[in-house]
Amino acid sequence: MKSSSVATLTIIDTASHHLFQCEGDWTLYSLSLVATSLDSFTPTKPLQWDITLINKFDSSGVALWSLYSRKYAQQGFVSEIIGKKEEHLRLYRLLYPHPNEDTLPPKQHNWVYRIGREMHHWIQGVDRFLDFLGEAFVVFLDSLFHPSTIRYRAISYHIITAGFDALPIIAVSSFLIGVVVAFQSIVQLQKFGADILIVDMIGISLSRELAPLITAIVIAGRSASAFTAQIGAMKMTQEIDAMKTMGFHPYLFLVWPRVIALMLVLPLLIFFADIIGIFGGMIIASTQSHLSYTEFINRLQGALPIRHFIIGIAKGPFFALLIALVGTYRGFQVSLNTESIGLFTTKSVVNAIFLVIACDALFSILLTKLKL
Amino acid sequence: MNPIVIEAHNIVTMFGDNLIHDSISCTIHENEIYALLGGSGSGKSTLLREMIMLQTPKSGSIHIFGKDIANLSLSEAQNLRQQWGVLFQSGALYSSLTVGENIALLYKEYTELPPNLIRELVKLKIDVVGLPPHSIHLYPSQLSGGMVKRAALARALALDPKLLFLDEPTSGLDPLGSRQFDALIKQLRDLLGLTVVMVTHDLDTIHNIVDRFALLGEKKVLAQGSLDEVLAVDHPIIDYFFQKEAHGIQG
Repeated sequence: MKSSSVATLTIIDTASHHLFQCEGDWTLYSLSLVATSLDSFTPTKPLQWDITLINKFDSSGVALWSLYSRKYAQQGFVSEIIGKKEEHLRLYRLLYPHPNEDTLPPKQHNWVYRIGREMHHWIQGVDRFLDFLGEAFVVFLDSLFHPSTIRYRAISYHIITAGFDALPIIAVSSFLIGVVVAFQSIVQLQKFGADILIVDMIGISLSRELAPLITAIVIAGRSASAFTAQIGAMKMTQEIDAMKTMGFHPYLFLVWPRVIALMLVLPLLIFFADIIGIFGGMIIASTQSHLSYTEFINRLQGALPIRHFIIGIAKGPFFALLIALVGTYRGFQVSLNTESIGLFTTKSVVNAIFLVIACDALFSILLTKLKL
Repeated sequence: MNPIVIEAHNIVTMFGDNLIHDSISCTIHENEIYALLGGSGSGKSTLLREMIMLQTPKSGSIHIFGKDIANLSLSEAQNLRQQWGVLFQSGALYSSLTVGENIALLYKEYTELPPNLIRELVKLKIDVVGLPPHSIHLYPSQLSGGMVKRAALARALALDPKLLFLDEPTSGLDPLGSRQFDALIKQLRDLLGLTVVMVTHDLDTIHNIVDRFALLGEKKVLAQGSLDEVLAVDHPIIDYFFQKEAHGIQG
């Protein structure tokens, strides 16, 4: 194919016509030069295309001829062909069975329309989420009256995959957070000779705010995406439809086991993150400020009232509820095309992280006002 | 008989310990419509995938246009790929691109044609496969099953291939749509001089447009040739395929 001879076009001006002498292979890979020269040519007389010397041609050759003879015809100069054969005509008739018509791309709307449309979509989205929540809760209440329909095995499976399997990443993240907080604050505290306050700093900030938040964000990234992808894949293979036709409510089978598992496991993960994070801070305190582990722990018992710890842990189920509901809801939104699974997985993670942070802010304001 | 385009020789394919093809051979000639036929699990799609270099057989050779596809340099392989078009069972249109962009992609990557000529060619291909002109701006998710097949065929035809591979072209189409699709493929073969290789279950397609086919079963090619030639072979699987399925269950 690459060895083919290049298409050429020689323009000869006769008294009455422009004569296009066409030679070579008028095929896809060899036509670009001819196309550029035709593009820059402006006719002043009628045209004759001599195609006797063309040895190979394909649909691009025919398209090129048709495109430019139409263009020149619009400028008022007709084209005629010399030396056409039956094979040329056959291909032409296949490619141009009826007159060519241009189609316009769909009309672009102005910005006011687009803002309005996005807003409308957003409101519809909220509406659908409320719809989902409502139905899910009805299903949940119903299952409370029929405890045998609760999917205990599924719950334990998700406790393992969403909880236990997340321990390593949570350990690393919370350890690093503990280290960073200790490092940054110890420099400041040393200026006042108040090194010992590092214990209060780490104890309270980690157990009340940072450990719950970091854990929830890691789980949002890890599990919200997994839930969306799992349910989305089931939606695409019509497994969800199959469940419905068999009378298994998908929310009962797919949503609540994930929600319940995550609500049970997230407080435990936060507790785990508290321990590792404070341990990280303790190491930095001992290396940077010669505060021994025993001193640190003694101080911690006095400096960290139990309520901070409890508030941190108590946020867990709320975060878990948001993450799991958003993750599963987005999964059910996946439609039959392959693109949507990626789209909704991204949306689910972004939404889950945002909701976790918003919820944490709400807690922070509320609890401070309540003087807790 | 026309020159040979594809020659598969003693192909052995295994998935793990599972033997799929036990030394099978077939030849496909220029300008014919050739079908690979067989029950599900008989390895007909696998054979097609081996021909289009998506999978390699454990042993045996496949020659396409006289070249052994196992021993191609990168540029030879690339060259060969530009000479064939493949229609996948589910269309496999790129879902982030419109139908027009799906087709234009090949021209943009492989040719230096100016944009106006590419637009013209895309319109032609869409017209040839019988899609309405406005479908050029539609995304694959906005198309019906039959339109997806046609759009995918238009993409397969983009580079004016000599060789067309079709994986179950009529699956998922209604009977009328299937017959129209058959007629379209036959018309393209006649007018463009294509060689068509297809995997199919559709007995009507076999009756109507296929010139020769290979019936795969029991890990072998049970029979190869035209419909009459294959029917002359006496084998329970051939009887099962053609007597019972084609003419209703007898007895």
